[in-house]
Amino acid sequence: MAINKNGTGYTFGFAIVMVVVVGTALAATAISLKPLQQANAADKKMMDILGAIKVDSQRDNAKELFAEYVTSRVSIDASGAQVSVKQGDVSTTDATDPFNIDIKKDYRLHKPAKGDLTWANADDLTFPVFECQKEGETYFVVPMVGSGLWGPIWGYVALEGDMQTIYGAKFDHKTETPGLGAEIKESFFTEKFEGKTLAEVGPTYFSVLKGGALTDVHSVDGITGGTITSKGVDEMLNRTMGIYLKYFNNATQRAQR
Amino acid sequence: MSTDTNTAVETKRASLFSKKNRKLLKDPLDDSNPITVQVLGICSALAITVQLQQAVIMSLSVLFVMIGGNVIISLLRNMVPDRIRIIVQLVVVASLVIIVDQVLKAFQPDISEKLSVFVGLIITNCIIMGRLEAFALGNKPGPSLLDAIGNAMGYAWILLVVSIVREIFGSGAISLPGMGQVKFLPTSWFISEGGFYENNNLMILPPMALITVGLIIWIQRSRNEALIEEN
Repeated sequence: MAINKNGTGYTFGFAIVMVVVVGTALAATAISLKPLQQANAADKKMMDILGAIKVDSQRDNAKELFAEYVTSRVSIDASGAQVSVKQGDVSTTDATDPFNIDIKKDYRLHKPAKGDLTWANADDLTFPVFECQKEGETYFVVPMVGSGLWGPIWGYVALEGDMQTIYGAKFDHKTETPGLGAEIKESFFTEKFEGKTLAEVGPTYFSVLKGGALTDVHSVDGITGGTITSKGVDEMLNRTMGIYLKYFNNATQRAQR
Repeated sequence: MSTDTNTAVETKRASLFSKKNRKLLKDPLDDSNPITVQVLGICSALAITVQLQQAVIMSLSVLFVMIGGNVIISLLRNMVPDRIRIIVQLVVVASLVIIVDQVLKAFQPDISEKLSVFVGLIITNCIIMGRLEAFALGNKPGPSLLDAIGNAMGYAWILLVVSIVREIFGSGAISLPGMGQVKFLPTSWFISEGGFYENNNLMILPPMALITVGLIIWIQRSRNEALIEEN
């Protein structure tokens, strides 16, 4: 019996077999390469955190430098109370390690309503903070995620020991417009944050202003032509700091007592 | 008996490099070059030719997808139902591209980041779909393999030339895979280090890639009379 190659049954059969074969092959590739990809992502994260406290690192020495500078990894809840503390080597498989908190995923699932500065269902979340020691000084690195014009933006802001002054900042983005919004990752923008301080009372702790405006100690000049991305950075900073400042205030009170 | 098999192998080998097969390899390099003659795959050629290293990785990725796609489609050519043949081609190319993307993410994370969406866009690279539809569907795996290598190389050499020109004049350096960026001039000569040499930023921007490709087409047409169009 000759098979009718153009029959509907054959076409469907072919499509089904093809999908199963291709699906299996891709799933096998993805699963077998996942450990390597996760290790790469962890290295990149360490480089970013180190970058926020102005330590230059490469992929091959990120792990050592991270162990050298980052003294403890803390997770806090939405009310600013400490949940867990980890020290020593980072384990990428340990789900309780604050290093492994996927804030990008959390942000996607708990996106705040437009114009709202609080997370949706923030009580279910924990937030990581990295305590670092560099040349005898203490720094706190706070990771953050927000939305730019086209897609997610994220960053790491390092606060000095007084938990008010910004020591360093590092931003990155997925798909912002090259030459406009994408400039948030360039040093000319991030350097503007250095030495500025967060306001003591919210909800606006820090502002990224629209081009040309006068800036004070709590604000920086945004990127011309990248208004929406700049606003995204502004929103991301204030929303994130709203949570972390509660933790920092608790910590200061504890220290004073 | 043994001599018979020997001759059989020899004839097969001879036929692999017959005039027709050599043409399959050679034509796409010049007479029917996918970029300069057919003007396909221009998008990626403009975007990722800022550095030689990126161009090399991109060329290798296209080579892999091209060979895999052409051979697989050629093997399946008598089984693929006509009505869904474009979808079948697309699925084959897309899965190969996803494999390339995953492998790059695992072994070359920095380059994978720089190439970003362009690896994914290999799927829509007209060169690949064009070769599958025009060649692999109607030819045996052997010639399809040669056709794939020829076309991928035709794409690759343009990419490499453009990226070398752009990187030398745009960054005053050349980035070799595994060696990082090698600067031609002493670092202190660059204006950013207080010297006098300013990089030509225009070379870094996409329009200059188009102009470079245009120059290659100009040189190619002035040398190859077969390509000169009659008015």
